[in-house]
Amino acid sequence: MSRTLSAPVTVAFDYTRSVGPVLGRFFTGLQERRLVGARLADGRVVVPPPEFDPVSHEPATDFVDLPGTGTVTSWTWVSEPVKGQPFDRPFAFALVTPDGADVPMLHAVDVSSPEEMSTGMRVRARWAEEPQGGINDLTCFEPVGDSEAAPMVEVRGAPATSLETLVDEPVTGIITPVSLDYVYAASPEESAFFRGLAEGRILGQRCPACGKVYVPPRSACPVDGVPTAEEVELSDSGTVTTFCIVNVPFLGQKIQPPYVSAYVLLDGADIALQHLILEIPAEEVRMGLRVKAVWKPREEWSTTIENISHFAPTGEPDADYDTYRHHL
Amino acid sequence: MRDVAVVGFAQRQMEEFDGSPTCVELLVPIFAECYEQTGWSRKDVGFWCSGSSDYLAGRSFSFVQAIDSIGVLPPVNESHVEMDAAWALYEAWLKIQTGEVDTAVVFGFGKSSAGVLRRTLALQLDPYTMTPLWPDTVSIAALQARLGIDGGIWDERAMAEVVDRSLTDAEKNEYAVRAGGSSVEDLLARPMFADPLRKHDCAPVTDGAAALVLAAGDRARAVRERPAWITGISTFSDGLHLGTRDLTGSDSARRAAAAVDLGGVEVAELHAPFSHQELILRRELELADDVRVNPSGGPLAGNPMFTGGGIRIGEAARRVWDGTADKVLGHATSGPALQQNLLCVMAADPAEGSN
Repeated sequence: MSRTLSAPVTVAFDYTRSVGPVLGRFFTGLQERRLVGARLADGRVVVPPPEFDPVSHEPATDFVDLPGTGTVTSWTWVSEPVKGQPFDRPFAFALVTPDGADVPMLHAVDVSSPEEMSTGMRVRARWAEEPQGGINDLTCFEPVGDSEAAPMVEVRGAPATSLETLVDEPVTGIITPVSLDYVYAASPEESAFFRGLAEGRILGQRCPACGKVYVPPRSACPVDGVPTAEEVELSDSGTVTTFCIVNVPFLGQKIQPPYVSAYVLLDGADIALQHLILEIPAEEVRMGLRVKAVWKPREEWSTTIENISHFAPTGEPDADYDTYRHHL
Repeated sequence: MRDVAVVGFAQRQMEEFDGSPTCVELLVPIFAECYEQTGWSRKDVGFWCSGSSDYLAGRSFSFVQAIDSIGVLPPVNESHVEMDAAWALYEAWLKIQTGEVDTAVVFGFGKSSAGVLRRTLALQLDPYTMTPLWPDTVSIAALQARLGIDGGIWDERAMAEVVDRSLTDAEKNEYAVRAGGSSVEDLLARPMFADPLRKHDCAPVTDGAAALVLAAGDRARAVRERPAWITGISTFSDGLHLGTRDLTGSDSARRAAAAVDLGGVEVAELHAPFSHQELILRRELELADDVRVNPSGGPLAGNPMFTGGGIRIGEAARRVWDGTADKVLGHATSGPALQQNLLCVMAADPAEGSN
């Protein structure tokens, strides 16, 4: 048995970003299969256009249309691609200097082996069939074949982009999804807690310095900074110390509002555990209410606090305020 | 300016830490070591500052639970940076300069193995034009490496020499995750990973934590016979737009060097997670050929994220404590391709140089 429990967890969010006037020009250009750069104060043409000149710090306003061809200035072979990259099999990332630009941009090149890549090779943009808005509308670069060798396009004073765009609506915002996968490991103390729950037991740990019992147990007592090794089995009955009636629906909510989320100070513990209160109208829940855990059927148990479905009133008289006043 | 010194240092590094990403379990014995080195208890620490990243842990405010390892009742004076611990050290140094406190403990921690590190770090790039392509850190470093090779500024042999020296030195480092010298030929014979980088050219993905102790004036002298006095500290950053940077160098490293006095530095711990980046840093910092670089083995032997830079400062400070050197440098980096650089110059003589 491994020392600690672990479980996969994915953190994901679709960020929506407004693009502003500079990147808006660039992304609109991509939809129209144009590379739009900006000429900086020092005369350099840069793609993608920076919102502010890195030297003068002025906003970029001098936009330049560029053809979609370029030269590879550097490259690497991505032998083990990660999720979300332009290809899910090995491919090249490269710095490509577009014709008419003075500095490179980073993107992928679609070739099947590193032998097909070389610094100085000529490439051209491959555009997305159906643009979504965003850098991926430029799917990647691809080599320009020998038979159709495109000579270096001499762009003298590259044409300035017209003020009117060819698409109906310029890009004002893009969606940039972020999704990160983790294997989340519990600490040894949390692992013991979850293993205990799998057996129908609630385990806390006591700090050797101050004697307080923490549930769930923590790797160190937050008061003293020392490990809390002594295991203490706790009752599954306790007192409501504070609570909240949730009325507002929110994304990811599992229970239908209104419902009561409460801190329950289990008998024997010094800090309260958060859980649900059910089998009592929400408006009758109060500080001092005595409650007991209602466990799910044993066959549904796993290493999770969800083995306890909720806490319900025991019917005992309310606990004396003095019994929980120091645990608020 | 007050005289502030690094007077304590402790670290843990491993390939995979099987505990919680809060790293409390790693930090408790590290702080215990710091107390042992200084004779202090937590009550002697005026200010705490940590460096870590929520993206590494996979949860927001992940650094908050780490302070269980301190023991924070009564409440402590505490801060956090979503950066390497070296920048936490910078904040603590500033705090001491204000006169508000005389002592500080800074710490870094990170469980890189919980996610896919080289992918997670794509989140530090431009979110509009780069992150959606998920360019991993290794690929970006590789693009930089090839620029130098094509430009004749360095070559694969020089990179392999950095690796061989580092892994040989790492044999003496009990905390090293990767160690074992071989030969340049042997290294060059190994397969590419991210052409032109081989696996050994890249710092190993490492979990770990570390802490450093700072003290001012007599508080430092009470702890160490030879405190590592911080005689210079500087931090600079290049812009986010990759294309407009000259990636064969590091502007911000050069500017950081110009802001301190590196003359006479004997030992330099350089935070170069990729072998060619050590070559860039040597040049930008104008280190003489006889400067001993990364006697610890450096990041190629182990590089816990958000801690590795702090470890460079600690490893350099140790050489002052043990009398190996009178003037040393600890360097930390962050961001893609040496975008951000911090220099911490330490000396046995607090009056050495000027900052």
